Amino acid sequence: MTSTEVDTVRSRLPEAKRPERSRRVDVGGIEVAVVEWGREEDQPVALAHGGFDFAGTWDLFAPLLADAGFRVVAWDQRGHGDSDVAALYTWEADIRDAAYVIDSLETKDPVPVLGHSKGGGMMNQLAEVLPHRVRAVINLDGIPNKRGFNTQIDRSDTQALEAELSGWLDHRRRAGQASRRADSIDGLAERRQLMNPRLSMDWLRYLVTVGAKQDPDGWRWKIDPTLRFGPSGAWRPEWAIPRLRGLRVPYLGVIGTVKEEMGWGTTPEEAFPILPDGAEFHALADTGHFVHIERPGDIAALVADFLRRVL
Amino acid sequence: MKTIFLDHVRNKLALHKLRGGDGQPLLILHGLGEQSPSAVPISLEQWGGPVFALDFTGHGQSSVPLAGGYTCEALMSDADAVLAELGPLTLMGYGLGGYVGLLLFGSRPKEINGLIIADGPGLDGGGDKPTSPQLLHVKATDLNGSTPDPWALAELASDVRPRDYAADHVRQIETLAGLDVAIVVGSLGRPAWLSEIMTSPVVTDGDVGVGLSTFSRS
Repeated sequence: MTSTEVDTVRSRLPEAKRPERSRRVDVGGIEVAVVEWGREEDQPVALAHGGFDFAGTWDLFAPLLADAGFRVVAWDQRGHGDSDVAALYTWEADIRDAAYVIDSLETKDPVPVLGHSKGGGMMNQLAEVLPHRVRAVINLDGIPNKRGFNTQIDRSDTQALEAELSGWLDHRRRAGQASRRADSIDGLAERRQLMNPRLSMDWLRYLVTVGAKQDPDGWRWKIDPTLRFGPSGAWRPEWAIPRLRGLRVPYLGVIGTVKEEMGWGTTPEEAFPILPDGAEFHALADTGHFVHIERPGDIAALVADFLRRVL
Repeated sequence: MKTIFLDHVRNKLALHKLRGGDGQPLLILHGLGEQSPSAVPISLEQWGGPVFALDFTGHGQSSVPLAGGYTCEALMSDADAVLAELGPLTLMGYGLGGYVGLLLFGSRPKEINGLIIADGPGLDGGGDKPTSPQLLHVKATDLNGSTPDPWALAELASDVRPRDYAADHVRQIETLAGLDVAIVVGSLGRPAWLSEIMTSPVVTDGDVGVGLSTFSRS
């Protein structure tokens, strides 16, 4: 029975907790799925997940932050998790969606925001475009650098660029009929471990029960199959650097120092000088890109302590 | 005029056959907020082969996606769907369509026979450098499913078009297309991305007529 299989997988990780509340928020024609941990009357904190993740990736970290006295609000970005798929995706639309989620909290007070990886970059930009709505920024391994992503190609390499550009178009030609590959819980977990090599199989199996759906032929990740990495497009990471330096909200930056494919690869020497004046910064030894999954207790304590001091 | 609809990702794209015939097709890519012409424009009548025109997503008779998210790369992918349908062709781009044509040519350099760039809405985009980011807003009452989609107008008027990005694409064309003249620029407008590609040996100044005769021969 499926429910038994799911229960068995989740029972191996009793510290992971599903959200206490869920709702949907209209972001201008499509809906995103919003979830919450903690008491509704507590101070809200909004959490933005990374690219190709989903709100369920907070299931270790968010309950600990809720226990520390915060109303933890997270959402699945468009096309991710339980949110609606979209016909089009952009960074700017993701940031608009974030603003809708913050509006849905129905508070005029600015809200502290926390983002991991892509979500960290999004929250940096949200704090710039809506400074009156953001009380503080916590960035978990989403601090940019001039070199770009770990997987970025050398654009002067004609063959590599042709492969990237035509590969993306080839994917788009097929994407309308595409579906994610069905597999067992173990199969999906093993595939995800290729991109998340430092995370335990127990956690990755748990993630399958949250971020995948069960079809008659197996489990499939819920993420929109039309989404794909690349092409790197016109955006340049260096554009974000002076903007980050210019933020005037309390800022906590955390990076993992073990380089991983999914990460930005920003070193402490690169990160610290570009953070806003007065920012707190922690470079974690022996920790990879998913700092909040590898060390949920440490990160929750760090974040709760920071928020208590700056709010 | 005959119109067919292409299912592409989650959009339905209107492809209009303005004129039939043998030979190499010409594909018209319209400007921002515009739609395909209903007949072959007088300025293009000299083209020897069939003439097609595409309505980009959110424009003309193509479908209107919900909640925006437009990029020139997504529009390039619209035009690539036509390439998949028709095979190798020549591009005639007005304004935004000229820039999208450059992106597609740079991405499929062996399948495009030439590109003519003419003035039109959306030639400049949001300039070549990022300015202060903003949270774009569209009135909900304006989102009634009609074209052009207000999100397209807002988002595609503010996309950044860096010089080096345009240069990357024209370098692909120089290296891989095997053409002495690949792009004829007939526009008076010369935003930074367009000035940048003018330095390429495969890009030349000329009017639309020069472009049509150049690529008719190739």
